[in-house]
Amino acid sequence: MTNHKKTKKYGSLFMATALLTGVLAGCGDDTSSSSGSGGSSNAAGDTIKIGANLELSGAVASYGSSINDGAKLAIEEINAAGGIDGKQLEYIPVDNKSETAEATSAAMKLAEQEKVVAMLAPATSGNSVATVQIAAKHKVPMVTASGTAPNVTVNDDGSINEYAFRTCFIDPFQGTVAANFATNELQAKNVAIFADNASDYAKGLAASFKETVSSNGGTVVAEEAYVAKDVDFKSQLTNIKGKSPDFIFIPGYYEEVGIIVKQARELGITVPLMGADGWDSPELIELAGNDALNNTFITNHYSSEDPDSKIQDFVKAFNDEYSKSPNAFHALGYDSIYFIVDAIKRVDGDITGEAIQKQLAATEDLSLVTGTFTVDENHNPVKSATVLEFVDGKQQFNSKVNP
Amino acid sequence: MKKSKIFWGYAVLALVIYAVVQLLISNGSIQFYYQNMFIAMCINIILAVSLHVIIGVTGQFSIGHAGFLAVGAYISAICTMKFDMPFITAILIGALVAALAGLLVGIPSLRLKGDYLAIATLGFAEIIRIVFVNTDYVGGAAGLQVAHQSTWTYAFFATFITILVISNFTNSRHGRACISIREDEIAADAMGINTTYYKVVAFAIGSFFAGVAGAIYAHNYYIIQPTAFGFLKSFDILIFVVLGGLGSLSGSVIAAVLLTFVSTYLQDFPETRMIIYSLILILVMLYRPTGLLGSKEITAYFKIGKKGGTRV
Amino acid sequence: MEWIQQLVNGISLGSIYALIALGYTMVYGIIKLINFAHGDVFMLGAFIGFYAIARWEMNVFLALIIAMILCAVIGVIIERVAYKRLRNATRIAALITAIGVSLLIEYTVIFFRGPSPEAYPAVFATKNIEIFGAQISTLAIFILSVSIFLMILLQFIVHKTKIGKAMRAVSHDADAARLMGINVDNTISATFAIGSALAGAAGVIFGIYYTRIDPLMGIMPGIKAFIAAVLGGIGIIPGAMVGGLLLGVVETVVSALGYSLWRDAAAFVILILILILRPAGIFGKNTREKV
Repeated sequence: MTNHKKTKKYGSLFMATALLTGVLAGCGDDTSSSSGSGGSSNAAGDTIKIGANLELSGAVASYGSSINDGAKLAIEEINAAGGIDGKQLEYIPVDNKSETAEATSAAMKLAEQEKVVAMLAPATSGNSVATVQIAAKHKVPMVTASGTAPNVTVNDDGSINEYAFRTCFIDPFQGTVAANFATNELQAKNVAIFADNASDYAKGLAASFKETVSSNGGTVVAEEAYVAKDVDFKSQLTNIKGKSPDFIFIPGYYEEVGIIVKQARELGITVPLMGADGWDSPELIELAGNDALNNTFITNHYSSEDPDSKIQDFVKAFNDEYSKSPNAFHALGYDSIYFIVDAIKRVDGDITGEAIQKQLAATEDLSLVTGTFTVDENHNPVKSATVLEFVDGKQQFNSKVNP
Repeated sequence: MKKSKIFWGYAVLALVIYAVVQLLISNGSIQFYYQNMFIAMCINIILAVSLHVIIGVTGQFSIGHAGFLAVGAYISAICTMKFDMPFITAILIGALVAALAGLLVGIPSLRLKGDYLAIATLGFAEIIRIVFVNTDYVGGAAGLQVAHQSTWTYAFFATFITILVISNFTNSRHGRACISIREDEIAADAMGINTTYYKVVAFAIGSFFAGVAGAIYAHNYYIIQPTAFGFLKSFDILIFVVLGGLGSLSGSVIAAVLLTFVSTYLQDFPETRMIIYSLILILVMLYRPTGLLGSKEITAYFKIGKKGGTRV
Repeated sequence: MEWIQQLVNGISLGSIYALIALGYTMVYGIIKLINFAHGDVFMLGAFIGFYAIARWEMNVFLALIIAMILCAVIGVIIERVAYKRLRNATRIAALITAIGVSLLIEYTVIFFRGPSPEAYPAVFATKNIEIFGAQISTLAIFILSVSIFLMILLQFIVHKTKIGKAMRAVSHDADAARLMGINVDNTISATFAIGSALAGAAGVIFGIYYTRIDPLMGIMPGIKAFIAAVLGGIGIIPGAMVGGLLLGVVETVVSALGYSLWRDAAAFVILILILILRPAGIFGKNTREKV
């Protein structure tokens, strides 16, 4: 009996390894010499492959999907205009299920199997950080459209992740802009902060906001937090109301902010509310309603209401393709592709990941939908922010702030 | 005499397989993508087998295994990232703390049975996860960056040791005590078996190895975040055990391997992947609730052939 | 003053939990199954209500009724297709199937419409009434009244109708009920139908109150509703109501005290405490396990 059982145990181990060997036999053949040696160079082919490692399912699928839609539009436009030097772009999206483990695996797949020359990195900072090492190892530059935490491009020890880039602001800038607006323009003395605790984006904004407000002489009377996907904010808002602030800073994403603004007004909170680019989406207005949004402000890369022809062309093209108005994530996805393509166009010689990386870092005064930008030494874009006010559900230009 | 011959036979075979794969990795024939899949497979096997001890052998319906995975992952990550300890030490400490967590979960749960126990374990796992979300020392919701240290060697040997220990445990006097608890707890109690002790031991062993898996997991994906350890992860692990057959160690292994494959190859079809996954679950449960292997081991089907001999 | 506002917040939240918990408790009472898919029926109800109100421009009450009817049908289908065969299988098999059904519903919805959330259109002009300094919106009053009405209706059905009697009999002892000539299968289906209808109503109400709905919205409320049912005593209908309201209030209080990040954990802590200290729940009776 015991003999039988011992055989069982090893039998199982044997089976496991037998299966593994089977896999090996199957896949050992189609590998080529890509064990970490200089990335992907497929200039010889007729297409230029750009990958995308995005959250297409799972918790933050709406952001990843939006970036994906924006990117696809850009790819179509570029291909329709003839591609790059006659070569068409091939867009390869992979779903990372909103999980870091999958993000790592997806990045490997894009770099090794698909041999992309560049890729869009995940929408969230956490997932982007997971792929930075792989991008570096395979020399495939990655551009995150919305990963805003500083540590995606710059590590805690100050070293720069050479192959990581982003199209969006970093947190500290927008927070400072909002704080100055609150104390200088709106004359607020006592402020409250209601931040999304699950997001480095929101926490970063809250931190820089708090610092600037304090140095401007204001006081933070209340600080509350919520978690993404929450729908009930009344208890925290009631606490905030009890401290009577003149202004409330709500850095977060539109899915929750829409409801927060609505519930705040329902509870009788009438003071100005302000947020950042995470608010920007037509959904915000659907969730909150025009009335609730009066007397609220945001800092943003751009506004879909901006009459600038570049922006309106984009909005129209997007509307034609998808029958809805674009939000900031769509715009950032679109811009990320144009950012990469612009760099590819400036490459002399073979289109390899390394060459593209150099050109990305050298980007200057590139005019995109979300602003005109230059990449600084930390691989962060230097672009101006706009302060907008919501009036009857429409964003009205208030002021422009340069870095 | 015979026993040890078979033992050494299989041990040598395992070593051979290990060496073959390691060679292929070293000379670059296997892409990182597949290496990653193998390591993921090993992690899943360890998780499945460790849960098998709790559910399959002792009959304790625990669906909060991701909590122990999280503990192992975070503690080992703290050891390497904050205290610069060597990887092996980190794995051990991570596993020990996870075992401690297992004790903490197991003891209050002693009085609970069946569905109630299930929900209680789910609750514990969620609490553990929320604790990590709210702890800034480990990065809170943003997560903790972890140096990549998991290699095929670590993963394979961890898997090997896990299967060895658990298999030996199951075949020992202790294991038989646990099985008797699974079959009929009151009768076991009446026969003088200390059910309390064995239930707690089962949890401790299961969570220890979940901690080992957690350590390897953490050092494989460059960053760990609390969202990775929610109840969906617990369900993933549970599905391995149930699909393989409750009470069958080799079943858990096979199911873990199969489903890792399914999950990887369906990566190209994000929407349909989860639908197919859940359909597989439902159909297997409806038409073969005992799972692929029931409570027998793979060797009972040995005559059929190499490829697992699974029949539906 | 603030505390009254928080109490109102808690009761509004709690009534939604209560409605979902009722379905859980009824199903568990009758076939001892934790129907994980229940939270997803809640989600489907919310979406059906959304399409009814936003796309087909129906009035709120009509949308509510349609959502309830459709959810009842969905509940019966789930029961017949997935759970019926497993009545005599192990608990784990049934639970796994329930989890599978839950995942299937969620991802099928995502497959057809994508993962992004929808916003319920405003169906009432929100007016605030001030009572003791607390702003109580007409919405909160609407929710509470609809919930109470449905619960009273349910009590009536369970205690004063034949089908209700059959449900109580089957939950007490299915075999004996069968011997008494009760059609157990139909009774179980009826239980699912009623429970799912309530979940559907909860979904519509949730959408109206909280505005945002998305395919994965049912998971957390589902689990919390189950905790509420256990809190009140699983299988006991007034228990589910009380458990739901209590859980909503406790969650709000935890949040009000400044621990908003721990509100989910609070629910689980309550669960564990109840299971250890008083597993039968508030209204339950302790039954000794006979050998």
